[in-house]
Formats: sequence, structure tokens, C-alpha cells
Amino acid sequence: MDYSGIFTYMYTETALAGVIVATLLYDLIAGRRGRRFFHGFVCFLMLAFIAGTIWPYSSAEAEVFGGMYVYNPVYGIVKSILAIGTLIVFLQADTWLRREDTAFKRGEFYVLTLSTLLGMDFMISSGHFLMFTIGLELASVPLACLVAFDKYKGNSAEAGAKFILSALFSSGLMLYGISFLYGTAGTLYFDDMGFMLEGNALQVMAMVFFFAGLAFKLSLVPFHLWTADTYQGAPTAVTSYLSVVSKGAAAFTLMMILIKVFSPMIQYWQLMLYIVIVLSITVANIFAIRQKNLKRFLAFSSISQAGYIMLAVISGTSYGMTSLIFYVLVYMAANLAAFGVISAVEQHSGGKLDMDDWNGLYKTNPKLAVTMMLALFSLAGIPPFAGFFSKFFIFASAFEEGFHVLVLIALLNTVISLYYYLLVVKAMFINRNDTPIAAFRTDASTRTGLVLCLAGILALGIVSSVFDGINAFSFGCL
Amino acid sequence: MNILSLFPAIPLLMMLGLWISKNLKQIHAVMVTGASALLALSVALVVLYLGMRADGQIAAMLFTGGFTWYAPLNIRYDVGVDGISVAMLLLSSVIVFTGTFASWKMTDGAKEFFMWFCLLSIGVFGFFISLDLFTMFMFYEVALIPMYLLIGVWGTGRKEYSAMKLTLMLMGGSALILIGILGIYFGSGATTMNIIEIASLHNIPLPLQKVWFPIVFIGFGVLGALFPFHTWSPDGHASAPTAVSMLHAGVLMKLGGYGCFRVAMFLLPDAAQELSWIFIILTAVSVVYGAFSACVQTDLKYINAYSSVSHCGLVLFAILMMNTTATTGAVLQMLSHGLMTALFFALIGMIYGRTHTRDIRELSGLMRIMPFLSVCYVIAGLANLGLPGLSGFVAEMTIFNGAFMENDTFHRVVTVIACTSIVITAVYILRLIGKILYGTCTNPEHLKLTDATWDERLAVIVLIVCIAGLGLAPMWISGMISDSVVPMISHILN
Repeated sequence: MDYSGIFTYMYTETALAGVIVATLLYDLIAGRRGRRFFHGFVCFLMLAFIAGTIWPYSSAEAEVFGGMYVYNPVYGIVKSILAIGTLIVFLQADTWLRREDTAFKRGEFYVLTLSTLLGMDFMISSGHFLMFTIGLELASVPLACLVAFDKYKGNSAEAGAKFILSALFSSGLMLYGISFLYGTAGTLYFDDMGFMLEGNALQVMAMVFFFAGLAFKLSLVPFHLWTADTYQGAPTAVTSYLSVVSKGAAAFTLMMILIKVFSPMIQYWQLMLYIVIVLSITVANIFAIRQKNLKRFLAFSSISQAGYIMLAVISGTSYGMTSLIFYVLVYMAANLAAFGVISAVEQHSGGKLDMDDWNGLYKTNPKLAVTMMLALFSLAGIPPFAGFFSKFFIFASAFEEGFHVLVLIALLNTVISLYYYLLVVKAMFINRNDTPIAAFRTDASTRTGLVLCLAGILALGIVSSVFDGINAFSFGCL
Repeated sequence: MNILSLFPAIPLLMMLGLWISKNLKQIHAVMVTGASALLALSVALVVLYLGMRADGQIAAMLFTGGFTWYAPLNIRYDVGVDGISVAMLLLSSVIVFTGTFASWKMTDGAKEFFMWFCLLSIGVFGFFISLDLFTMFMFYEVALIPMYLLIGVWGTGRKEYSAMKLTLMLMGGSALILIGILGIYFGSGATTMNIIEIASLHNIPLPLQKVWFPIVFIGFGVLGALFPFHTWSPDGHASAPTAVSMLHAGVLMKLGGYGCFRVAMFLLPDAAQELSWIFIILTAVSVVYGAFSACVQTDLKYINAYSSVSHCGLVLFAILMMNTTATTGAVLQMLSHGLMTALFFALIGMIYGRTHTRDIRELSGLMRIMPFLSVCYVIAGLANLGLPGLSGFVAEMTIFNGAFMENDTFHRVVTVIACTSIVITAVYILRLIGKILYGTCTNPEHLKLTDATWDERLAVIVLIVCIAGLGLAPMWISGMISDSVVPMISHILN
């Protein structure tokens, strides 16, 4: 067997493994002085990693390990997006990581986060359900540690327990579904399976189980019950990672597998997604209205955003895939900006996360308030910010395939979502407060992260080249 | 660069200028420079446009240009203007210019206020120059969202409630527009989202048109204060700061009428013919109901807001008549209503700034105290009730003339009903003028008040000159408009 593919087609994973090893070694070797540069070192490594892997190795699909691992330029794009998201999370986590109670665990945070990223990369590139499962587990188990990172805090530990239990349950469901698939098709290779499925009852059930497993990761309704508690309890940096990078990877993988494996059963999964989308968007929006804690609020917002992402999946076209990747990218910029602001305020105000505490934030911290507002506008889909464009594209992709009523429901839901996003804007800009959050200066690292996000929010929509670049490599059901 | 692209570009530069300006003086300098540039640009555009038409250029759109934006969906940035949009651009720049002076005394957060104001005008200008459905819709939404903060932060009264209500209702409308745009684009099988191209293909099947026409018409109609979707308008206008009321009632509500005509009726003509009766009834209700509501209000801004519902209803009423005369009248009414409602709101803002009340029960005898503002208020009122020589007369005369040309019973009856609004308007305007301007002043506090300052006089005089100009010499502009309306109407009817 030829293993040269490890260094050619698998360059992303190989390089990322190198980064993980380097981080681990640095954590071991660096002394008291060296640890002060740990953050800079990791960010530099990530930057080098992104710069080195962002250009596709070749424009044709290729297989490594006899089809277990599949290289495709569009996978490379998704992986780069996830890596950029991780870098921004690192930048924004620094304030939190420099606190006394977390500083000594700094290395663990980096290694665990990068391990989940590696798992997601394998999951995306899998060509076989075994590889997929390994990648998924590698992406979930370290995340549970991260969620419970502030383990001395009750709600962080609780969040970790909730997360690991639901992750295990969903993995179990998914493996059960995969075993049905193996039983009926006699193979676990994606490429072979596409020909073996005819849509009998057992296979439909297998698909539903498989979908339920990933829906837990995506926190789609009715598999969303863990989300709000976990998002609230986890450290903010981890929450943002969970809501953006983890979700983006799961959404893309779901679409990829639905297209590659389950394309003969398209009418079944379109019906299934139809119901799940309507439920996710509507239920999450209604719950989000009543939230007072900003992290819980963004948890419900992210559930409804996951529903919108599924609008791109339901189309099953290559254009839908482009819209999905673009949506994830734009969503990443906006959501990371929102969480970055939340994290900064949380660290500098002693954990003020209640919406009423944020009243009058604009008076004391205008730049952060404006950043938050732009992020929320982008999430709500207000032009000229990027979220408008990404929402338009997913609506167009679903509409093109004839889901007119679904798009109308989703569009009417954007009005509800605008309402609760405006509640936060109202708190920051309009409401008065006698004891507002005091003015403070964020550090350079957080600011860099926020500026990157803002650049994304402002430029991704107006400049069409990113979308065109993604579109050149996407694929869909034929 | 296309001359039309300057219209959104100048407010963008103004925003940058405001961002770096440090004190009120610099802010004013940026605003005056930019607003004057816009005004000059739109006047130059009118002159150039008329010149090109006189040279015999008969293309539907002039000054066309653009580039491919999102190739996979055939989205282009396409601009071009015809007589209708030229008139609207002129109106917008006049309102932006006068709005700047009307908010001259804004000191609390002036920088942010004017930045949002500029963003609003980017949306407005961009909307009127766009030929591409996507770009048009994008600018439309750009114009909506600044309203939330402009009303919420700088407004008065129940500002938070009004701001939220306005934003959500208009966004609900824009959700309908968006799905309508997708329906039109995918239904027509066009290779671009260009309005002219989709119209010339003219191949959306009638059943589909019947689905999308009401959706798009209601979507734009929300902004055009179509009954029963007008409820955001009185609250929003009453709470908004002066310049925002001016821009919103003066220009933004015209986006609704313009969109109804340019998108809903022009692109879905067959359904427009079949279903117009539903909307004719609704708009006739708007016209009469708005006027009656204005009669019983006691807040100056509410009176004007309901009067706007009535007058904007007349715009939609006229375009639904689908003949050249009525539609030309509709565009004239947009101009006329834009100018006079802006004048009204400017004057109300100035009176409120002095008396700190807008309740007509507490105001009286203002003519003695502030003669300049009062005389201007009378002029605005007379324009509103359609006195010959002022713009309102020209517009309403043309509309009712055109509406009466449709010689079946249904159209005749609704026209007669809509005509009654003229009388009702006269009732509430004259009652209002008599109550607050004449008589003796009962509040001794008001006796100490002063008349308009130079910036206020400038804003008011510019608007009055435009109103009188439109009323005394309407032919050049109505000719320009009807030249562009004729081909559109013949497209809708065939």
C-alpha cells in the first residue's frame, strides 16, 4: 500500500497533527518565562498552519488508504474555515486563559481544542463510516472536557455532564443506524453504498438514526435540549467554539453524506429535513425571545441558525453546498464576534451576562457595543452585512428546488429573530442604566479577533470572490 | 464610474467624513457639503436626462451600467433611470438637504445621528437607481434598519414601542418581497435579475403570477401604508425625530409605491390586471380611513401621519388604475406628498422644539408669536388640501382625472369614494389651522417664544419653493414622468 498520500492529500491533517505535537511539547518544555509566550506561539503556529493549507493541493478528488480518506478541494475549503474559526477562538480566549485559575491549564485547552479540530477534519474527509465515526468521536470527547474546563464551577461541570451524556447517546443512535446500513448494503464505503441503497424501510430507519445522531451535534429541534444549559455553563470561549466550529463541521458533513450516500433516498430525507427545519427555526425563535442570559439567548439563536443552515442542505444541489459553506463562514464571523464581545464583557465586569446588566453599554464601551450590534445585524440578515447575503443564498437554493412554503416560513421567522436581536441592541443603545458596565480596554489579542470578525461581517457580502471561489469546487446530487 | 453610482457613493463618503469629524462644526460641514453635492447632482441628472430625451434617446432606461456581482445566481449591480426614478432622486436629495438643516440643532449624539441618516439615504438612493431585483432589495433593507435606532435613540414619546413596531412590520413586508423576488426570478427563467429583461421576457405563467402578485404588492404596500398594514406609520412618524419623519414620510414611503409599480405590477402584469380590484378596494379604504382618522387626532404628528396614510393610499390607488394619466398623477403625488409632508414634519418639529407640546388642545394663537412658521404652516396645509397653484392640486387632479377615465361602474364608484377624501382633508386642515394658529394665545409661556432661525428658514423655504414650483409649472416634470409611464403601462396592459 502506498502511504505517500499522508504527506500529499492528507496535508491538512498531517500538519495539524504536527501543530498538536508542537503545542504539547511546548507545554512540557517551556519554563516559567517561556509560558508567557505560549499564546503567541500557538497563534503563530495556527496562522502558519492556515497559510500553509488554505490553497487546494489539487483540484481533483483523490483517495488515500483505499478510500477510507477522501481528498476533495471543497473539503479543504471547509477545513480552512474551521481552522480560521479556531484561531479566532484562541485569540478571544486569551483573557480568560490568563486568569489564575485557568493559566496552568492553558496547554490543555489548546491541545484539546486542536484535537477536536483534527477529529472534524477526519470526519469531513471520511470516505467510510468507520473513519467517520472515529473522526466524530475524536471531535466530541475532548469537547466534553472543554465544556467542563472550569470544573470547580458547578454549572460548568453540569454542562460537561449534559454534553457527554447527549454526545454518547447520539453516537449510540448513529452507530445503531450505521449497523443497519451495513446489514442491508454489505459495505460501509460511501461510494459503494450509494449504489446499494434502494430506500427500503430498514434503510430509511437507518438514515433517520444516522441523522438523529448528527442532529444532536447540530442541536436541531427536537434534539436540542442539552444546548441551552451546556452553552450557559461552558466557558464562553468553549461555547463559541461549540456553536460555530463544531456546528459548521457537523452541518457540512451531514450534507456531504446525504448527497454521497443517501442520494437515492432524497425524497425521504428532504421530507425529514422539512419538518426539522420548521421545528428548529420556529421553536428556537420562540424560546429565544424569553431569554435574559446572553449565552442562553445565543444558544437559542444558534439553534435557529442551524435550522437555516439546513435550508441549504435540503436543496441537495451544488449551489446549496456553496451556500452552506458560505453561510457557515459568515455565521462564524458574526457569532464569534458576538461571543467575543460577551467574553470580553464577562471577563472585565465579573461575569455580567444578564441582558439588563448590558443596558447602556454603548455609553461606556461604544466600540464593543457597535461590534455586538453589527454581529447581531449580520445574524439577523440585515444588509449590507454579510449575513444578508448568506441568508439570501440559502433561501434561493431551497427555493430553486421548489420549497416555496418552507422558504416563506423561514423568512417570516427572520422577522421574529430580528425582534430578539433588536432587544439586545435596544438594551445596549436605548435603555438607560444607573450602574452601567464600567469602561474598560480589551487586550490586543481579543481586539485582533474582533477585528477579524468585523472584517468578515463587513466584507464577505460585498466582495463576491469568496463565494465564487467556494462555488468553483462544490458538488451536489446529480 | 457611472454618474448614478455617485448617489449612494456620496452618502457613503459622508459617513466616512462624519466618522473622522471631531466636533459639531465639522459634522455640519460634512453634512452640508454632502447634501449640497447630492442636490447639485440630482439637478444635473435631471438636466442631462431631459437633454438626452430631447436628443431622441428612447431606451426605457438611460445612464445604464453595472457589473456582474454574484455570477452563480446571475446577480448584477445594474443601475439605470427613467423619468420616474429621476423625479424620485430629485425628491430624495431635496429632502436630505432640507432634513440636514431641519436637524441643525441636534447636539446629543449628532455624529451617530447623521451617520445613520446617511446610511438611510444610501438605501433610498440605491433603491431608486437599481435595475437588478437583488440590488434593489438590498438597498431597500439598508433603508429600513437605521430607522430602528434613529427612532429608538433620538425619538420622543413611546419611541421604543414605535421603533420596534415599525421595524418589525416593515421587515415582515420585506420578507414577502424577498420571496416574491425569488418567485419572479425563478418563475421567469431569466438569466439575470434585471427588471427590464424579466419584463421583456414576459413568460411567468398566470397561476404563478397570481401567487406572487399579492405577496409582492402587500410586501411593498406595507411601506406604502396600504390598509390594513399601515399601523406602523402613525406611531413611527409620531415618535421619530424631525429629520427622520421628513425622510421617512417624504421619501421612504415612496419606496413602497415605487416598488408596487416597478416590481409588482410591471413584472407581474397579468395578475395585476386580474387582481387589481382587491387592492383598489383596500387603497380606497386607506384614502378615506386615513383622512377620517386624521380628523379625530389631537397630536400634530399623528394628524400628519394619518394624512400621509391617506395620501400614500392615493398613490397606490392611482397606479392600480393602470392608465397613463392616473399613474403620472401617482408619481406627481409621490413628489407632492413627499415635499409637503416633509414641510409639515419640519414645521411640527420646529413648533415642538419651542412649545414642547404637539397637543393641539394646548396650542393656540401661534400666528402672533411665530408668524414665519405659521404662514409656512398655512401654505403646507393648503398644499395638502389641494389648493390650485400648489403641488397637491396638480397631483390629485391628475389622479382623479385618470381614475375617472376607467368607465366601468366599479372604478367610477371607488373613484367617487376616494374623491371624498379631498373634502375630509379640507375639514381637518382648516380646523387645525384655525385652532392652533389663530385665536388668542392662552399659554403665557408661549408668548416668550421666538420665530424661526436661519437654518430653519432655509429648510422651509427650499421646500416651499419646490412645492410652489411643482404647482405652478408642472408640465416639464409631468411630461418627463409620463414619457416613462406610457411604455410601462402599455406593457402592463398587453
